[in-house]
Amino acid sequence: MTIPLAALHVFCPMHVALDRFGHIKQAGATLHKLGVPQLEGRRFLDVFEVYRPRAVDCMTQLLRTEGRKLHLRLRSGKRTSLKGHLVPDGTGGAAINLSFGIAVIDAVRDYALTSADFAPTDLAVEMLYLVEAKSAAMDASRRLNTRLQGAMLDAEERAFTDTLTGLRNRRAMDHVLTRLGRAEAPFALMHLDLDFFKQVNDTMGHAAGDYVLQNVARIMLDETRKDDTAARVGGDEFVIVMSNSVSCERLSDLAQRLIARISKPVLFDGRECRVSASVGISQSDGTHTDPATILEEADIALYAAKRAGRARFAFYQAGPAEITSMPQNAAAGE
Amino acid sequence: MHGLILRTLQIFTQDTYGYDTWSAIASEAGLENPDFEAMLHYDPAVLEAVLRAAETILNKPNEAFLEDVGTYLVSHPNCEGLRRLLRFGGVDFIEFLHSLDDLPDRARLAVADFTLPDVELRDHAGDSFELRLSGHLPGFGHVMVGLLRAMADDYGALALFEHCGAQGEVELITITLVETAYAEGRDFKLGAGTRVATTGSPV
Repeated sequence: MTIPLAALHVFCPMHVALDRFGHIKQAGATLHKLGVPQLEGRRFLDVFEVYRPRAVDCMTQLLRTEGRKLHLRLRSGKRTSLKGHLVPDGTGGAAINLSFGIAVIDAVRDYALTSADFAPTDLAVEMLYLVEAKSAAMDASRRLNTRLQGAMLDAEERAFTDTLTGLRNRRAMDHVLTRLGRAEAPFALMHLDLDFFKQVNDTMGHAAGDYVLQNVARIMLDETRKDDTAARVGGDEFVIVMSNSVSCERLSDLAQRLIARISKPVLFDGRECRVSASVGISQSDGTHTDPATILEEADIALYAAKRAGRARFAFYQAGPAEITSMPQNAAAGE
Repeated sequence: MHGLILRTLQIFTQDTYGYDTWSAIASEAGLENPDFEAMLHYDPAVLEAVLRAAETILNKPNEAFLEDVGTYLVSHPNCEGLRRLLRFGGVDFIEFLHSLDDLPDRARLAVADFTLPDVELRDHAGDSFELRLSGHLPGFGHVMVGLLRAMADDYGALALFEHCGAQGEVELITITLVETAYAEGRDFKLGAGTRVATTGSPV
């Protein structure tokens, strides 16, 4: 059975029929919409470039592609790419059916094609449907993911925060120390412990104690820089981690200011709450950076400061005998 | 219960009556969180609670509320993406009606876990059709009536729709087509919308 050429117009709106010289005898209606001024009478290979298989530049070679998939593109205009499939007509000519393949999405937009430009059996319209449906669904999923990511960040934020004071918590401090240790970066660590806090709690109640802790947190945030980490790591214990190397003078200054401000009595329900603070300081030069060791050294320095009397601070130095402790007049801090 | 359905009711209410009305419905329905996620699943009882609450707060029968939802899905600018997807069903209204049989499959193609009731179109003499919807989704038939009315407008066709009630889980809609090319209809270009995104409304 041979299919009359006229039937091709109905079944294949993107076909071309070629004579034995490779000239276009007829072309389907949809091909006429691709912005090529004249199709009939022109040499097929002048209008379309076959780029796979390679080296197809005459009718003889074109006929040899029978049974293979042709990759073509328009030589003019948008250079739209097409897929093709050739069948010889038995008299030296051939019919080639074309389709846009994956380029259909751009093609319908570029040439303002409608459903009527595709054969009813062509899946082009279904493919366009699918592309739009999937991009809308993906969009909805992406929005959900963004919201979930926001919620996750919030949750992480909360998990790193001490809910009473708004400072970072022990987990956050561990996290920062691990990061600094891994980066082998120099940093300084202050371990601050409140003096007389237990008395405030015992005599004036937990609300007063909480108020004192919140006040201490405010002072710490006030005195530290944005890049420093101020954390409450226990009932009345605080740690400040300062990344980058910090001079001993600055550390001493900071410790003195903290102790002075914390030692100022605060009013709660009209009654004075008096605490002070002791501070132990250790430093890492970036070569010995085990967080646990630095924390332990700050701890040793803190106890040295406590032993020497309250409201003092001390630097850790290798060997317990070398720990120095500087007296600090709490009341005259300002 | 797919979040798309609940999210649709939320977005429709917000766009039509404002966020405060939606908040009132959500609290009347006892929802902990008034915002539905289109891509999550919910307890089926939530839909019933929301519909009951909407009836109370809007002081409007659910049938009318759901028909409005259907119309909104096609005609509101926020739902342009969905209108386009429906228009892919056919070049004219009759072809579109015949494509309704594929509606649940098309919905599933877009969102794999989204199940709609089965839809079956029956051709009767002349220009009358019967649409049978079977599956458990309370109110789906009324949404479809609103949606079909709006789609007829979209194609420029003149047609009458009637919801003939439900028998068990089967709802019947009769459609009488008066004229296919009654008015101009709205524009639809195949290649216009590959970047169109719906604002959390169904696909």
